[in-house]
Amino acid sequence: MDMSMRKGTPLSGPLAGVTLGRPMALSLAVVALAALAPWLVSAYELNLLARFLAMALLAMGLVLVWGQGGVLSLGQGVFFGLGGYAIAMHMKLAALGDGDLPDFMVWSGLDALPWWWVPFKSPLVAILGVVLVPGVVAALFSWAVFRRRVGGVYFALITQALALAFATLLISQQPSTGGFNGLTDFQTVMGVDLGTPAAAHGLYWLTLALVVGVFVALRALMTSRYGTLLRAIRDGENRIRFLGYDPTPFKVVAFTIGAVLAGLAGALFTLHAGVVSPALVGVVPSIEMVIWVAVGGRNSLAGAIAGTLAVNLAKDGVSSAFPDLWLYALGLVFVLVVTLLPGGLAGLVADAGGTTWGRRLKTLIMGEAK
Amino acid sequence: MSEWPLIAGQVFNGFSVASLYVLAALGLALSFGLMRVINMAHGEMLMLGGYLAYLTLQVVPGPLGILAAMPVAFLGAATVGAVLETTLIKRLSARPLDTLLATWGVSLILQQAARNIFGAIGVDVRAPEWLNHAYTVSSGQFAGLTIPATRLFILAVAFAVMGALSLLLARTRIGLLVRAVNQDRGMAAAAGINVRAVDLSVFCLGTGIAGLAGVVLALLGPVTPNVGQSYVVPAFLVVVLGGLGSLKGTAIASLIVGLFSALVQILVDVSLAQVLLLLFVIGFIQFRPQGVVAVRSRALDA
Repeated sequence: MDMSMRKGTPLSGPLAGVTLGRPMALSLAVVALAALAPWLVSAYELNLLARFLAMALLAMGLVLVWGQGGVLSLGQGVFFGLGGYAIAMHMKLAALGDGDLPDFMVWSGLDALPWWWVPFKSPLVAILGVVLVPGVVAALFSWAVFRRRVGGVYFALITQALALAFATLLISQQPSTGGFNGLTDFQTVMGVDLGTPAAAHGLYWLTLALVVGVFVALRALMTSRYGTLLRAIRDGENRIRFLGYDPTPFKVVAFTIGAVLAGLAGALFTLHAGVVSPALVGVVPSIEMVIWVAVGGRNSLAGAIAGTLAVNLAKDGVSSAFPDLWLYALGLVFVLVVTLLPGGLAGLVADAGGTTWGRRLKTLIMGEAK
Repeated sequence: MSEWPLIAGQVFNGFSVASLYVLAALGLALSFGLMRVINMAHGEMLMLGGYLAYLTLQVVPGPLGILAAMPVAFLGAATVGAVLETTLIKRLSARPLDTLLATWGVSLILQQAARNIFGAIGVDVRAPEWLNHAYTVSSGQFAGLTIPATRLFILAVAFAVMGALSLLLARTRIGLLVRAVNQDRGMAAAAGINVRAVDLSVFCLGTGIAGLAGVVLALLGPVTPNVGQSYVVPAFLVVVLGGLGSLKGTAIASLIVGLFSALVQILVDVSLAQVLLLLFVIGFIQFRPQGVVAVRSRALDA
């Protein structure tokens, strides 16, 4: 959406020349409100919001991968898990004295730390690991598949097998991964006591800042030449090939960015929730992540955030009261959104221009179109 | 103690697992070749077949109950397939990835319904007396090798279904229509073939075969609400390996996946075998991205 096409208020001072359109003003208001959340909602609600915002990072990645790139990944949980386990392993190790082992390893009869745990003792390695491990795995995996021009439905099925294999592996390697229970019971991260309200607020703001930063960055990426080509590949890969481009690197880059964001989301989620386990990374959670974006609108970053919040709030509300009902509801949402509302909530807002009331609502939100 | 009985046992296991994958993957591969859609609720057709077998055995308890269950499961699953195709998949046929998501929703609903009706723990289907024994090799190089009769029965069912299906496709008028649509949809429609009817019948046939597979599956273990899930993911990999719309490709790919899993499990545990299978599939498409048997190229089908 081109800002210059919309009526807005010119700013003065150092921002002279920047036009503050209504969408921009609305976004700033939403961010400001979100930043004040620690004083507006209870500690429990703040924690929920923080978790959902962490997940929104992953959802925005899916907008790039699925909405813009046309690559459906049913294995985002894997990258979410890699990020989550990277930070969780560090927190487990940081709480120990020299030569001690995490409690679950002792119970399983392990007498030495597995070699792949050792580097995560260092906070720097852990933070880099959150980003690099999912990134490298995703880059290698997607390159191997895309370079042989295997994509579409095949790619989706392979990513689902990846999610299944990853979750099964985590559960079966109980002595070194914590098995079905995962890793939990963290006290501190980087020397900060996780139990204090100050830590909760700080982590919330960190998450919010990342959401805003990623939103701006992805938006820029989507409007860049790269974004245009990515959409062109989605709509006609062979035409792009005949124009002389190799689509593979474009798709690999998109998938890798999506995985890095998923890893970041997993790490932040682990900090907020205090646990990471195979139940968050398997086949079902991975495909649930796609539905957040489908509900919000697969081509809209704001829609992805809204969809993530909406689906997870609904899940939190419905599944605690009626656990059986939730799966029916989720199944129905899948069917209905995909068949009747492929553009999601964002598509609904965009289409609303068709009716008088809709046009008024849209003008109210988006500003007057010239 | 020689290792031969162990290896031979695993090879045999590989064949019987492969025959289950064949039954599970045939429907997927057929409709994928024809319509380019994957039905994620296909695993639940296996589950449905299993529960229908359980119900049939309540009504027909005798030794022939399991044989009576097979047509029941076939027709039951085919009917559900018909409903699914006409209400959902038909509408989404131009959007294959969306079909995947919508049918996944159906799969969630069916699983939860099974959980509410039959309980989460699962129900047992007891193999009849004539299947409830095993053949043991007592002498020679393979001494100690045990082959359960149920596993032989599964092999026989898979061969019978494969045989019937290839006859149907190669020798009947319906088969001719299916092959025509498979080769060139637009041309077939122009020649007056009712393409929609062909789609629908192939889809029903595929879900019916999955229902049949569910009966066979019920002989191996309890029927649970997510029994289908454990077979359908390898079946998806079979579709990836098999090549578009080819019966032969699906059969060979099932054998590859079944034998690979069984043989790797001699050396590593089940979970690592899954990871290795995935790596194998990714490795395989480096050499044959078009699948085992390529009827048409995958590269330019956009």
